[in-house]
Amino acid sequence: MADRTPVIAFSGFSFKYRAQTEPTLRNINLEIYPGEKVLIAGPSGSGKSTLARCINGLVPCAWPGDITGTLSVCGYDPAQAGIFGMSKKVGTVLQDTDGQFIGLTVGEDIAFALENDCTGQNEMRGKVEKAAALVGVEQLLAESPGSLSGGQKQRVSMAGVLVDDVDVLLFDEPLANLDPAAGKRAIELIDRLQKNQHKTVIIIEHRLEDVLWRDADRIIVIGDGTVAADMTPDELLCTDILSRHGIREPLYIAALKHAGCTLRPCDKPQHVETMNIEPYREQVCSWFSGVHVPPSVAGTEHILDVQHVSFSYDGTREVLHDVSFSLKKGEMTSIVGQNGAGKSTVASLICGFETPGRGSILLNGQDIAPLSVKERGEKIGFVMQNPNQMISCPLVSDEVALGLKVRGTDAADTEKRVNETLRTCGLYPFRHWPVSALSFGQKKRVTIAAILVLQPEIIILDEPTAGQDFRRYTDIMDFLETINRKLGITILMITHDMHLMLEYTRRALVMSGGRLAADGKSPRILSDGALTDTAHLKKTSLYDLAVRCGIDRPDDFIDTFIFEDRRIRAALHHDAGGTD
Amino acid sequence: MAGMITYKEKDCFVHRLSGLTKLVFFLSWTITSMLTYDTRVLCVMLVLSFFIFRASHAEWRQVASVFKMIMIFLCINLLAIYAFSPEEGCRIYRSSTVLVRFTSRYTITAQQLFYEANIAVKYFTVIPAVFMFITATNPSEFAAALNRIGVHYTIGYSFAIALRYIPDVQNDFRKIKHAQEARGIEMSAKAGPVQRMKSMASILFPLIFTSMDRIDVVSSAMELRGFGKKKKRTWYAARPLKPGDRGVLVCTLLFCAAALFVTYRDGSRFWNPFVP
Repeated sequence: MADRTPVIAFSGFSFKYRAQTEPTLRNINLEIYPGEKVLIAGPSGSGKSTLARCINGLVPCAWPGDITGTLSVCGYDPAQAGIFGMSKKVGTVLQDTDGQFIGLTVGEDIAFALENDCTGQNEMRGKVEKAAALVGVEQLLAESPGSLSGGQKQRVSMAGVLVDDVDVLLFDEPLANLDPAAGKRAIELIDRLQKNQHKTVIIIEHRLEDVLWRDADRIIVIGDGTVAADMTPDELLCTDILSRHGIREPLYIAALKHAGCTLRPCDKPQHVETMNIEPYREQVCSWFSGVHVPPSVAGTEHILDVQHVSFSYDGTREVLHDVSFSLKKGEMTSIVGQNGAGKSTVASLICGFETPGRGSILLNGQDIAPLSVKERGEKIGFVMQNPNQMISCPLVSDEVALGLKVRGTDAADTEKRVNETLRTCGLYPFRHWPVSALSFGQKKRVTIAAILVLQPEIIILDEPTAGQDFRRYTDIMDFLETINRKLGITILMITHDMHLMLEYTRRALVMSGGRLAADGKSPRILSDGALTDTAHLKKTSLYDLAVRCGIDRPDDFIDTFIFEDRRIRAALHHDAGGTD
Repeated sequence: MAGMITYKEKDCFVHRLSGLTKLVFFLSWTITSMLTYDTRVLCVMLVLSFFIFRASHAEWRQVASVFKMIMIFLCINLLAIYAFSPEEGCRIYRSSTVLVRFTSRYTITAQQLFYEANIAVKYFTVIPAVFMFITATNPSEFAAALNRIGVHYTIGYSFAIALRYIPDVQNDFRKIKHAQEARGIEMSAKAGPVQRMKSMASILFPLIFTSMDRIDVVSSAMELRGFGKKKKRTWYAARPLKPGDRGVLVCTLLFCAAALFVTYRDGSRFWNPFVP
């Protein structure tokens, strides 16, 4: 590598945002070579997104601050070349697949950079078609964004930067808004672009296991504004750097480590399918047989019955066909499937936002069809994905009290219930704070508290952990588990997150094409290749590990892992004097 | 929000015309209609505008709600003119034929009726052109056309981008409304007007904040792809002028010139049937 010139070179580089007192990046030394695929991982707030902004010129051009040291990208200094100058060299694909779609049609969106460059119309059409073909959206040029899936929108964004023939492709959390199957295809496409188009690829992502679906040349771990590790995936997976920096290891790696194995880079642990498993097999099997998982006690009393429900928005095309399931009291269940498979529609019907075309929904054996949205809201709470979409009062306590106030609960009772709820949610010290001063996780808690105060029997959450790193994910989920246990509230979660489904919900409902494709134990669902394919899920690597180790009860193996992993993590959390 | 007038892709003569042609037609047509009070010209324009509306294949459903609103506005306008200057027609047409007398100030004269009828006809000549323009002009083409008649592209583009994100914001609105309703915030007619204003605030604040987040992302995305770099830009969606466009442009300009000529020939923009 010594004879090659790096395409990106940070040297003694530090950056401090104007609005902050401490530098976000400190003394970064980093070289990335042409044609490499580099994964930059780190928890939220580690500085990894700032690093990306330095490469495409957003820092310091749109986000001013102080730079020391030097940075060279394709021979330019981004601070000098500016955002426009860098946009010819570095193509950035942002994580928000919706927000960055600018054009009214696919063709226009791809052409956007060319339009700004005053390219003639004929030349433009040719280039757009070529770029669209590279990512496989050439059939969709006349479509509007509303008719595309998240994965397709992301492909359009990729084509939109490829029209400029950039050298570097920079992906900012490309998996955050995709379902597992779409994420897998995105990683495959990025891999093809790197190999066939000879692009340098930089992926910023904390979901390591999903990115490593295809080989990466190097992983750079950013922790607390510095480079904590810069090594090949095989080397990195054998260390404890990832877990120390709050990044989730691939599950099969975590399982091997829990089994007491000492991993060696020469066994190529980057992919569970191809790694050399021989040296570890025996240890894994004996660990598996040594752990006793206590049987779970599920309730028996039905709280919610959805019976033969069908629904259509326009009266012709059914989006739900004959869906039936029941939730037991005190259960935590996830509902998974591709976008548009009907997950959110099921929730909307239960909450009464829409009315089923056929079928009925029973709460504690009573048909809830006559109840209004407001009346249902007292029994079934709904928490939106983005807390900013729910919070309408400036103060924490007012926000939590809102639902009681509009119901005319008297002041003394309101205060008592609000304070009680705030204590349960760990928000009591913040009760007089402005909501805007809270972190994302705290805001999420406020929205959950605002629902809990109504003392519902069921809470439905839409994507409770989307876009959250491992630590915040754990915080939110442990909190939900606490209220589930303490208050006996039944929880239903709409999610794309296979980890959440596996770790926190024993049971999952799988939606596919408007039908309930499966209703069963989460480990079993994520071990079923045919089911995961049709429902756009992703088979868990634990299953592959179990099969490769010759274990004939993969579901039980997965259960064992989840049990042990959570026990170990809880112990670590406790030792570290966890703040919850 | 159903029934909002929005652009709809179709394959017909009006849709195939370039955005520039439609913009020029729309502007000259409305300006002519605003200037002229010549009833003969207005009647010709009225007949033509119905044909134009038919030719654009706009569906009644697409425009019905807006049409009703315009009708209400028209009625208010006509009543207000009568209330504030009941003798306007007599002044303009320099004669007075009293049909009904309520008080010494408020009478109904043939001249006033004729004047107000002219105003109503003006509305009806413009409305079909507006509907044709909005339902048959691709917003990006509209932005391109604005740019071609000399408006800076950032202004034209802001229209296009607003239209791009309207469905997303509507979607956010619907979701927020549902969630707030479930919390017990009454949005239906059951609540009083003050209560409903308050309820509206509980949707609007979150909506504004989430929309601001969206604007952040959009502006970053636009900048990263070079928007605003140059003084000019080209348009992927712009259509070159074809013979059909040239024909329509020439006819439009000729018609408007003729209409204005007829209107102003006798030195007044009113056509006066009362004083020969």
